[in-house]
Amino acid sequence: MPRLHSAGARALLWAVIALALGAGWSATSAAEPAPLKVGVNLPMTGAVSAYGQMIWAGIQLAQEMRPTALGRTVQLVLVDNKSDAAEAANAMNRLVDKEGVVAVLGPATSTRALAAAAIAEQRQVPMITPTATNPTITQGRRYAFRVCFIDPFQGQVAARYAYHNLKFRKAAILTDASQDYAVALAAYFKREFQKLGGVVVVEAKCNTNDQDFSAQLGTIKATDAEILYLPNYYTEDALVARQCRELGLNLPILSGDGAQAPELLKIGGSAVEGLTFTAHFHRDAATSPTAAGFLALYDRRRQAGNLKEDLTGFHSLGADAYLALVDALNRAGSSEGPKLRQALASTQGLVGVTGALNIGPDGNAVKSVAMLRVKNGQFEFVTTIEP
Amino acid sequence: MDALQQIINGLTLGSLYALIAIGYTMVYGILRLINFAHGDVLMVGCYLAWFGAVMFGLPWWAALMGSMALTALLGVLIDQGAYRPLRQAPRISALITAIGVSFLLENLGLVVFGGRPKAFQRPEVFNQLLQWGDLRLLSLSLWVPIITALILAGLLFIIHRTRLGMAMRALSRDLVTVQLMGIDTNRVVAATFALGSALAAAGGVFWAMKYPQINPLMGVLPGLKAFVAAVLGGIGNVTGALLGGLVLGMSEILLVAWLPELAGYRDALAFVLLIGILIFRPTGIMGEELPE
Repeated sequence: MPRLHSAGARALLWAVIALALGAGWSATSAAEPAPLKVGVNLPMTGAVSAYGQMIWAGIQLAQEMRPTALGRTVQLVLVDNKSDAAEAANAMNRLVDKEGVVAVLGPATSTRALAAAAIAEQRQVPMITPTATNPTITQGRRYAFRVCFIDPFQGQVAARYAYHNLKFRKAAILTDASQDYAVALAAYFKREFQKLGGVVVVEAKCNTNDQDFSAQLGTIKATDAEILYLPNYYTEDALVARQCRELGLNLPILSGDGAQAPELLKIGGSAVEGLTFTAHFHRDAATSPTAAGFLALYDRRRQAGNLKEDLTGFHSLGADAYLALVDALNRAGSSEGPKLRQALASTQGLVGVTGALNIGPDGNAVKSVAMLRVKNGQFEFVTTIEP
Repeated sequence: MDALQQIINGLTLGSLYALIAIGYTMVYGILRLINFAHGDVLMVGCYLAWFGAVMFGLPWWAALMGSMALTALLGVLIDQGAYRPLRQAPRISALITAIGVSFLLENLGLVVFGGRPKAFQRPEVFNQLLQWGDLRLLSLSLWVPIITALILAGLLFIIHRTRLGMAMRALSRDLVTVQLMGIDTNRVVAATFALGSALAAAGGVFWAMKYPQINPLMGVLPGLKAFVAAVLGGIGNVTGALLGGLVLGMSEILLVAWLPELAGYRDALAFVLLIGILIFRPTGIMGEELPE
């Protein structure tokens, strides 16, 4: 059977060629510089997994837009912190010690970011949190940065909105006492609301992963509060909103940036209609050229079915954290911790997805607040409030 | 009026705890095994019902039945794989294995279902808002105690009036002797797990209807609370579990309502109650014997 024989010989020949080519390829890639490892410390599971997954999607898209820094390919190393502070610290140690990353993007939320920032500081590895807003994360630290606004501003804006725009004078607050984010936001809201002349008639507390809020809402119902400030994360916010309606408590609800997750809409259903909150971003307010490229890429992925939700501030700030890091790496001309932190602290006029990005020596970005509202099961843009 | 509303809230929460605690305590009463995986079996039951309702468009009762049947099967499989090899081992080995099964289910859940919560639909019949003056009540909150009572009655019937129940009661006294009497103990244990897991699924589905989000770690807290409720009522005693659940739910709601500054310690309260009862009345409210 000569035909079969020659076919076999040809296959062998191809195999040899393929092997030789393969060897050639690996030889050239060995000559290329090793990739630059960037750690990503995010809650991919647990109570705030929606933030982690949205931020991760944003970071990956940004990497697709700018895949290199310092002439080297950026390699992202993702570790899940399970929405837990101790795990966030473990993830940080692992990224720095075992993976040898030059910087870390994340964590997403304040309590986790506080745990991670202490380690970043100690190891002199810069950390950029995309979305953690508690002011103490960057205070007194040289290696902790963020690309979002901070809670004193966010709480202030919410209080002014409730007082001036909605004309309410009596507020109730329901705070998740186990989250630094919620506690701080409630405190800043209360301070500003009282300064304006309003009264906080009741302050109720709950915990992350609580399911039943009927007791707290019963207490609130017994007061003459006109508005409920609910500065918690999306699952709690959605369940609270539903239980409000079930108890006949029809107060308007004001929330913080944590509300912008698809889960709020899915779990909250009609109960979250009209819920208004201070947020980082809405695509209707995005005007920068970087945003145009990012939005186009996002929409292509969404149409291809790789992304399942509308674009939120979490995607965009994930991208901005990555872009700020790449920009700083290139300006520093080095990936050493001290030089990189110097470059990050002098980020000026970087055009990000959420607009112009300036990071001060205090590690914070100065950003505007976007007021959003739930309407017909979607997040609707209301207005932008400048700092 | 407000106090009355809070009492209604407490009864609602308490009857949900009771519903979950009944299955928990039944498995203990018969096998003397604290099945720490009960909460996670409950979670799987919720996801199965969710798949039934969302993917296959089943009506809620069909999704519930399907989920109970499949979860019962899961319970039997867990027993076969994890507990049966340890039947003759010290009790502590089985207990630790139960914790292992719990972690396994949680992490499998994370891999298979993903970490993000899913919205659970509440059927229309349970979604009616009832109203007397200022008092509000979800129709689900009326149904849960009724369903809990029915399940309790069914369970008591099985335990006391059927041959299987007789074998279960005998087995809880002395496994080896029961074997010597020619009873297939593995079958009886499997039936116990099937029953317990089906009850977990039922409890979970009603829990998810009340608090309409499900995630792979959702079973942890209701599981622990049900455990506390079971110990409170006298572990192993199904009627006691009902009582324990109501006491626990009521105390939690009243703590938050009357002492709002202590609201953050609500979960701690459950465990303070647990420690208290273990110190002062370790047999629980109803004593530890299986009801005769």
